[in-house]
This record gives sequence, structure tokens and C-alpha cells, in this order.
Amino acid sequence: MAEILAYKPTERRGETFSYLPPMTPERLRKQVAYLIAQGWNPAIEHTEPEKSFSNFWYLWKLPFFGEKSVERVMQELEACHRANPGHHVRLIGYDNYAQSQGTAFIVYRAPMR
Amino acid sequence: MSKNTYQAGVKDYAKTYWTPDYIPLDTDLLAVFKVVPQAGVPREEAAAAVAAESSTGTWTTVWTDLLTDLEYYKGRAYRIEPVPGDANAFYAFIAYPLDLFEEGSVVNVLTSLVGNVFGFKAVRSLRLEDLRFPLAYVKTCGGPPNGIQMERDRLNKYGRALLGCTIKPKLGLSAKNYGRAVYECLRGGLDFTKDDENVNSQPFMRWQHRFEFVMEAVKKAEAETGERKGHYLNVTAPTPEEMYKRAEFAKQLGAPIIMHDFLTAGFTANTGLANWCRENGMLLHIHRAMHAVIDRNPMHGIHFRVLTKCLRLSGGDHLHSGTVVGKLEGDREATLGWVDLMREPFVPENRKRGIFFDQDWGAMPGVMPVASGGIHVWHMPALTAIFGDDACFQFGGGTLGHPWGNAAGAHANRVALEACVEARNQGRQVEREGREILSEAAKHSPELAIAMEVWKEIKFDFDVVDKLDVSR
Repeated sequence: MAEILAYKPTERRGETFSYLPPMTPERLRKQVAYLIAQGWNPAIEHTEPEKSFSNFWYLWKLPFFGEKSVERVMQELEACHRANPGHHVRLIGYDNYAQSQGTAFIVYRAPMR
Repeated sequence: MSKNTYQAGVKDYAKTYWTPDYIPLDTDLLAVFKVVPQAGVPREEAAAAVAAESSTGTWTTVWTDLLTDLEYYKGRAYRIEPVPGDANAFYAFIAYPLDLFEEGSVVNVLTSLVGNVFGFKAVRSLRLEDLRFPLAYVKTCGGPPNGIQMERDRLNKYGRALLGCTIKPKLGLSAKNYGRAVYECLRGGLDFTKDDENVNSQPFMRWQHRFEFVMEAVKKAEAETGERKGHYLNVTAPTPEEMYKRAEFAKQLGAPIIMHDFLTAGFTANTGLANWCRENGMLLHIHRAMHAVIDRNPMHGIHFRVLTKCLRLSGGDHLHSGTVVGKLEGDREATLGWVDLMREPFVPENRKRGIFFDQDWGAMPGVMPVASGGIHVWHMPALTAIFGDDACFQFGGGTLGHPWGNAAGAHANRVALEACVEARNQGRQVEREGREILSEAAKHSPELAIAMEVWKEIKFDFDVVDKLDVSR
């Protein structure tokens, strides 16, 4: 049996996909395409990292109801990130039938505090 | 106006309770029993006897029958079907008028339907295969205190299944050592840990002590990871009073979820606790100890899909469902049937999955199925494909048995889950490509790599072709 690897002091995480390496643009595009293919409405939220535990982050513009363009969503994520460089930015897929979020994950991880 | 006159004595059940021309009402409660009658008893008579004994009838005529309108209150056997592959047994379909049952009481429904009739001499064996609760009755029941959507919103978990782990050894740990095991799992990446069902309040670990240490672990893991965490604090207790006392203490400590054993504790206790959870903003995890005593014998007892329906009405946010993985095809179909009954707002009749009736749940929230028992990282692709996101996967040995400990075990499971979800969303066939998906993910996670090495002996032999039929 290999030597035991000590588990490091706990790191801040950000729910779904935060245990995988950060998304490359190519991987991210596929997740955006999946979100749109599910019929969900893309939305973007951002926050200062120290406030990330709240349910309510800042909503970036409004949810992009009916948006079918992966590129448009990518551009908005980029724009939100550029306007709020020290913030977490997450992508949400609003499922209006379940009245919930079909998915949500952080796209730009600011340094965790 | 009654045309009957009183005649004492015994008459055939079939005369009163076998009504093949009857068309069930939307408000009737429908049941299907698998019946093996005693030798020489005709099927119609046996079916009628079951209808009678589970509703208004008794073995002889009594004069007080004539003081009411039994035509209105009686259960009716309205259909008989052969059981495929069994010449001795048949299905008896029975319709019960809504007014036979107290509103909001699965206790009352079960007392009638699976009461005296199960010891009745005219039948050799009897199994309640399925029930159709009319929507009018469903609306009188509280149901899950929160439901799947509220649980996601409370815990901020979207787009993936939840991950849990039952703390072991299930008996004998002190409260502080137990809290240590919880902390390691949660900081490593699990969403939940769980009390074993056997853990109530034994001399080696009293419930107050466990609750305090566990909640310290939950809160520290939450603060460190920035994610929401929970531990199913088992409040199953010898008396309802004691159960509520434990629930109140869990709430006082800020616990998001508690746990209950609905069969050993009983439906009265469970329904009361579900109501308490609804009023107190608490999630309710339901364990199912004793279910196999009731549902395992294919000829006698109650099918698990009936217990599932009763639990959804009584109230619970999680219910153990079985894992499907590694079981027979029939089991898989049956499991998918009751998983639908937990989660979906409407479940149509589907005999291939053992579902005999359409079931309309109205707006009642869904129950999260919990897949637990003998699963590890290699099962993650199949679990993701079979259950989708609205489920909780519980890896006990598959977390605690990791060679580097609980945190690393938890981390490995979390990486495996997220890798499978990402791959599924990319349109990959996660079961067929499971090995590649996990191997790619393990390149970035030594915790996953070693877990795959440890459990590689356990064969990865899922039947992909069959599996695809049930994948969603």
C-alpha cells in the first residue's frame, strides 16, 4: 500500500464542479450548451467572496430568458467578471417548471477568503 | 328506502362484495392484492372475502347492518387477473369508498387494508401489491415537510446528486470520536453524514452528547468549505415525547436535518414528526428498518411501493430506495418504479415496473431517494445515469474505507460525482465510458486514484445494453 497522503487543511469550495480543475472555455461552453438544451434560463450572479455563504448574490442584469446562444452567455460571464474582478461569478440555469435552479456553478473563482 | 329484511346466518361474500360490473370512481381508494386462496375457495369468493374483511364485512350477518347503507360503504372486488407464471395466485382489485378512511391518516388506511384480513383463514397468503390514493385523499395529507426543491434551495445544491455517508462503526463510538468521523467526511467534500439507524441513545453515546459534538463538526466544516453541510441526527426514540425533545434540541443547535425510522417507530410518530419538521423548517431523512420483514416475501405482506406511497403521504424528505446497481433486471425496474413514486407529480400505470394504477400526487412535494449500501467510486457512473440528480448517494464503507481516511474518501467521491455529471452534461455515455471518465478525473485527484485502485477488485460489470433502456 502506498504511503498515506495527509489531507490538507480544508480549502474553500463552491458547490458543484468546485472539486474539478477550473473550467477551460472549451469545457465551459459545453456546460452552457447543456443548460440551454435543458430549456433552462441562463442567469449570472456575482459576490464578494466573503459574502458567498448568503443565498442572495448580486444579480448581473436580469436572467437571460429564452437565450439560446452559448456565445452570448459566455460574453456576459466575461463582462460580469471584468466589471467585478475580485468577485465569484456563477452561472445559474433557472428551471421555471421546478421553480428551482436546474444547475448552478461558479465560473470565475476569486481567491477564497 | 331499504328493501332488505334481516336474515341471520352466513352468506357468501361474493353475493355482496364481488361486483365485476363496478366502474371505480375517481374518489375511490383502489388496492390490488396478490391472493392465494385456500383449496376449494373460488377466486371470486376469495376476492370478495378480502374486500369484505378489509372494509365493512364480518363473518356473519348482523342486524345492525340494516341501520346503515352498506351499499355505500362497502369495499368492492371489481376485477380479477391471473398472476403471470403462478397458477395458484391471482390479483384481486378492490375499490374502497373515500369515506371509509379518516382524512390524513395512512394509519387508518393501513389498519383497514392490511389489518385482520391478513390473518383471514380463507386465504393462504395475501400481499398488498399496490394502492391508488385518490387525489381527494392525497390533498388531506401533509406529505414531505420540504420536498426536493426546498431541500436544494435550503442547502444550495444544484445540478448534481447529493453525497452522504453513514458513520461506522455503527455502535460503540464515543460522542467525540463520532464527531471526528463526521468532521473528516464533511470537510473532505460530502454534503451529509448520517447516524446509523441503530444509534439512538445508548450508554456508550447519549443523544445529547452526540448532537453537540456532531453539530460542532458540521459548523466547522461549513465555515471551512463555504458549503452547506448536514448530519442526519437520529431522533427515533422510545416515546413520541422523547422524539420531540430530541428534535427540539437538534433545532436549537442549528441542525438542518434530522432522521427517523418510520416503520419501527410507526406511522403515527412519523406523521407527527413530519408535521413538526414542516413547522420548524427542518429536513427529515427517513430510514426504513423492518421493511424487508414486510416487503421481501413475494407472496405475503406489503410491497415496498405501497410503503413508499404511505411514507410520501405521512411525510419525509429522504427515503432509502435501494441502489439498483448489481441487482437483477426485475429489481431494477421495480426500483425505478418506486423511485418515480417518490419524486414525480404523476406516475402512470406501468406494469413493467410493477405499477398497477395511475397515481396523481397533485402538488405534494417529492421525496429524495437515497441509494445506500455497498457502493463505491466505481459505481458513480451507473448511479448518475440511473438516478439522475435528484437523489442522495450514500457511501459508507466507500468513504470510511479509503486508505487515507474519511476526508480523502469523501474527496474521492465528490470528484467522481462531479466528473460524471460534467461528462453526462457533455453528452457522453457515462456508464459505457465510466472507466475513462473516472481515470481522467483521477489524474487531478490522488484521492480518487487510490480509491479506484483499492476497489478495483470489485468488478465493473454493469450490463450496458440493458442499462441504456432505463437511462434518462
